[in-house]
Amino acid sequence: MPDKIRVLLAKPGLDGHDRGIKVIAAAFRDAGFEVIYTGLRQTPEMIVNAAIQEDVDAVGVSILSGAHMTLFPAIKKLLAERKADNIVLFGGGIIPDEDIAALEKQGIDRLFTPGATTDETIAFVLEAVGKRKKHEDIM
Amino acid sequence: MFEKGFLDKLSDRKTRWDADAEKYRAQKTRPRFITVSGEEINELYTPQDISGIDYDAGIGFPGEYPYTRGVHHTMYRGRLWTMRQFSGMGTPKQTNARYHYLLKNGQTGLSVAFDLPTLMGYDSDHARSLGEVGKCGVAVDSLADIEIIFDGINLGEVSTSMTINAPASVLLAMYLAVAEKQGVSFTKLRGTLQNDILKEYIAQKEWIYPPEPSIRLITDLMAFCTDHVPQWNTISISGYHIREAGSTAAQELAFTLADGFTYIESAIKDGQDVDQFAPRLSFFFNAHQDFFEEIAKYRAARRIFARRMKEKYKAKQERSWLLRFHTQTAGCSLTAQQPENNIMRTAFEGLSAVMGGTQSLHTNSMDETLALPSEKAVLIALRTQQIIAHETGITNTIDPLAGSYFVEAMTDKMEADAEAYLQEIEDRGGVLKCIEDGYFQREIANAAYRYQKEIEKKERIIVGINEYVMGKEKIDIPILKIDEQVEKDQCAFVKKIRADRDHDKVKRTLDELVTVAKGNGNTLKAMLDCVRVYATEGEICDALRPVFGEYVEPPFI
Repeated sequence: MPDKIRVLLAKPGLDGHDRGIKVIAAAFRDAGFEVIYTGLRQTPEMIVNAAIQEDVDAVGVSILSGAHMTLFPAIKKLLAERKADNIVLFGGGIIPDEDIAALEKQGIDRLFTPGATTDETIAFVLEAVGKRKKHEDIM
Repeated sequence: MFEKGFLDKLSDRKTRWDADAEKYRAQKTRPRFITVSGEEINELYTPQDISGIDYDAGIGFPGEYPYTRGVHHTMYRGRLWTMRQFSGMGTPKQTNARYHYLLKNGQTGLSVAFDLPTLMGYDSDHARSLGEVGKCGVAVDSLADIEIIFDGINLGEVSTSMTINAPASVLLAMYLAVAEKQGVSFTKLRGTLQNDILKEYIAQKEWIYPPEPSIRLITDLMAFCTDHVPQWNTISISGYHIREAGSTAAQELAFTLADGFTYIESAIKDGQDVDQFAPRLSFFFNAHQDFFEEIAKYRAARRIFARRMKEKYKAKQERSWLLRFHTQTAGCSLTAQQPENNIMRTAFEGLSAVMGGTQSLHTNSMDETLALPSEKAVLIALRTQQIIAHETGITNTIDPLAGSYFVEAMTDKMEADAEAYLQEIEDRGGVLKCIEDGYFQREIANAAYRYQKEIEKKERIIVGINEYVMGKEKIDIPILKIDEQVEKDQCAFVKKIRADRDHDKVKRTLDELVTVAKGNGNTLKAMLDCVRVYATEGEICDALRPVFGEYVEPPFI
């Protein structure tokens, strides 16, 4: 029996819209993941600290306030500085297409927008974490 | 409502019809017939379903107790609802330009959207404001910003709604100070503050202080307005955000009313006369996609409120019994896919609000799942209201759906469901205890999850999401972007304001505010002195943070 995949779900910035992240948390939990939810108003430092302390496989970040171009790169940069960029970083929110392209270029693994299903999100994390783990085994 | 003989005959007739209909029931367009809230709906409603209603006591006449049919005698024949589009973005200057545009196009009231730092009591140059300045609304730091936002707009002639909660008294103080500068008497000011902190803990989550000192700020504001700003609506008790966070219609109704009753009880406890402040409380509801469920919600809301105000809180004036409300169409019902379809969704939702007797309405723009609305999108949304008002004919008569077997039965059901929740909240120790225990938060999150699962299992069809999907589509409507320069400009502006003002006066007024907050004086009155000398919003909130403490929510999931 393999260990449960551990996912940290986080709300950075000042945005208080937590409907989406709570739905995602419930869906991941029902799908058998170990879910850790940070609560609201986390700084990028707090999120990255929690991810490392909790030894998670993936971090999911929800931003609906328009501050995505500031917050996602800040989290990615800190993960890299802390040598934790093996952690899958995904997110969701109201994010225009061109911003998604720019963020994915900066190493954010995947961004989901309104209308995405919980199944899609779960499938993505399963696959991405699986790939990283395989890669680490070879190393 | 009906003679017994008639109902007996009808019952036989219904039994026969039911047997005949059985032959056709194998074929179904949907697996379950449920409302947006997940309530099962009967196949057919008949006089049997409303036989228990006493017309006079339960439905009655518009403008008369219990106001099921509306709060005014003539409703939209006398005066249309206020068309009030919520807007604000970027810098105060950009927002001022948008207001002049909306007023020029026939909008009848202003509604200010603030950015997240303003909602949370941080100045634009605070570390926590990074990346958020001007994004969700307009950035406000000091009186200078409010002066710019209302430049060229006579505050004595316009009614202004401000969506602000935790720092509501600071923003009202700034508005009052601008009125002073324009030479407009406080008694002439008309408008509404959202100022509903309880729903922040429940759903919207933009707070500063813990619940108890927050409620003190609100009761201070109510007392100040009773004495000095008599036309101002002091709290807009809001279900909108509770619904957007995923609640059902009955939860929205019950949780909102429970919040309202909590404010009323705290003001009564403060020694205020219910008939002095109650007429200036108003409500704010969501208009979701389920047309009849929403109409039932508004009708039930008026009835429950009137009964409680009269019977429980012993309000004597009729004006205290009236539940007046603003409505906004449901942002959460809109899709990022095929965004033009949102125009239709919003029109149906707006129609339900009008059929339900709303006093003012915001219709969402089609692009709100993508960004803040563009000028074109917001104009279509405003035109949607004007079409409802002038072309559909539904404003010709009052409460046109009254007497519908379905709508009356649903209104009764909505009232019963809300009353059951109100009882549950009371049994659990009241609103503050339920917030602390995460009761509301869990109820809402569970309802949101159930709704999402219904969509994913296709028990619920959303056009463009799980049916009639276009695949990779190109969005070809204009999208508004907030320039990153906005944050830089706003930070520079607040620094300049801080440098140029009278430092001694700022310090003195802030110190005085702290003294008042520690004692029993009126905090709004003290804040008015602070803003007059250009103390910033962040400074005022920072002065109070050590006195009141800061709220942290446990991460309920």
